[in-house]
Amino acid sequence: MKVLVAIKRVVDFNVKVRVKADGSGVDTANVKMSMNPFDEIAVEEAVRLKEKGVATEIVAVSCGVAACQETLRTALAIGADRAILVETDVELQPLAVAKLLKAIAVKEAPKLVIMGKQAIDDDANQTGQMLAALLDWPQATFASKVDIADNTATVKREIDGGLETLAMALPAVITTDLRLNEPRYATLPNIMKAKKKPLDIVKPDALGVDVSPRLKTLKVVEPPKRKGGGRVADAKELVAKLRNEAKIIP
Amino acid sequence: MILVIAEHDNTALKSATLNTIAAAQKIGGEIHVLVAGHNAGAASKAASQVSGVAKALQADAPHFAAPTAESVATLAVGVAPAYTHILLPASGFGKNIAPRIAALLDVAQISDIIAVESADTFVRPIYAGNAFATVQSKDAKKVITVRATGFDAAASTGGSSVVDSVAAPPDSGRAKVLGQELTKSDRPELTSARIVISGGRGMQNGENFKLLETLADKLHAAIGASRAAVDAGYVPNDYQVGQTGKIVAPDLYIAIGISGAIQHLAGMKDSKVIVAINKDPEAPIFQIADYGLVGDLFEIIPQLTAELG
Repeated sequence: MKVLVAIKRVVDFNVKVRVKADGSGVDTANVKMSMNPFDEIAVEEAVRLKEKGVATEIVAVSCGVAACQETLRTALAIGADRAILVETDVELQPLAVAKLLKAIAVKEAPKLVIMGKQAIDDDANQTGQMLAALLDWPQATFASKVDIADNTATVKREIDGGLETLAMALPAVITTDLRLNEPRYATLPNIMKAKKKPLDIVKPDALGVDVSPRLKTLKVVEPPKRKGGGRVADAKELVAKLRNEAKIIP
Repeated sequence: MILVIAEHDNTALKSATLNTIAAAQKIGGEIHVLVAGHNAGAASKAASQVSGVAKALQADAPHFAAPTAESVATLAVGVAPAYTHILLPASGFGKNIAPRIAALLDVAQISDIIAVESADTFVRPIYAGNAFATVQSKDAKKVITVRATGFDAAASTGGSSVVDSVAAPPDSGRAKVLGQELTKSDRPELTSARIVISGGRGMQNGENFKLLETLADKLHAAIGASRAAVDAGYVPNDYQVGQTGKIVAPDLYIAIGISGAIQHLAGMKDSKVIVAINKDPEAPIFQIADYGLVGDLFEIIPQLTAELG
């Protein structure tokens, strides 16, 4: 069974982003970029499926600028077999990415597509669901456990009230939540090996996809600052303040 | 006209549905509420009574008892031609379904809006709430998820509209909900509680969360947790407050043994009053806390409980 893993290059989760002074966006020049953490979980899950003998080939796909090749090499070092970059300098929004991934999925015909539930830059939480809709495949979002047998994926999903178990026929799309697995670190030998694995580059035009943005960002601002830093000495003072100053408890 | 897709449990609306209706009111226009469920007459009736709602639409079918994203999206796309906007709460329910609707309609989705500037322009947080983006949609239809904490709930009474039936499309049969394991609790719901008490890694184990329960009982509070506490297995996933968990904005948020990672702050920093209790005076949580108390939580919680009488 072939598995496609979609990954996004984002500002590293440890970086505190700064809003540009002209309000046009956040400053991403010279900041550390990494694989979206949820996508790392997706790559790990695909590799585990291969180790269990369920998956036979893992194809990592990313859409974006040329530098996404680095992110794809990371996926190859974790254990993907080959990679595809859909290269463009256009600002890609989730619907455009879903259309690009659909074109790749139609070509590659995987049984399963796995990706993170959201990217930590735009926090959109859309691409997996959109891809499933465009392919007319079932979806299991926010997965915390995946079992595959007899052409069926049984997925435990994190929902607001607890957990839900969903069974779906393959081919299907799964998006990962935090507790699905703990991604491994790529070892140095594997990083070296990854450099020799195939990485193909295609352009959106060649896939016949219009990637022009549908949403226009008018401005980006800093959120209002919260004034914190107040201290109390003990539980007694805290309760007194909550009663008399904040007037929030009786 | 605006369509709000209700999150409900067949007998009542989930509170986030009321905040979503409030966002629809800000956009302006006639508001219809779609209730996809099974034996959901009570929920549909409740939807028809929400202030500002012109009509409730009920789609009743056995496969909507525990609906899949596929089935609700198919239903929504069927009724979509009449509407300019389709809104869902930005909860696990809405996030699962909305992008599917948007893709089928070939429109962008605007996720997690916290303000309405006009019928096509909205404000939404990005980068875990470290920036607010104002975005304009050029699409003919807008599919939107609404962050509940950004809008005061619409009044659940005051409306007196009708409930119309809409035909439920057949189930695709390719995905099926086998079951749910829901955390049972008599406490208020995390996302709508007036007071929330959250524990972090500092709680050390799941057993110690019992200390928070005693305190929560006194304050009629909901209990939440940081990602670290959930990852460590102290409490179930539905307790998680943060960028990728639940977003809360109660009147009072008490963070106990939580250091204050960016992704946790993203889920609670809009709370009216924040209390932090942590033994590390340098913990980032103190920078946003109105009342910080440095000390051993295992000494402080019993003292607090006693002080509250």
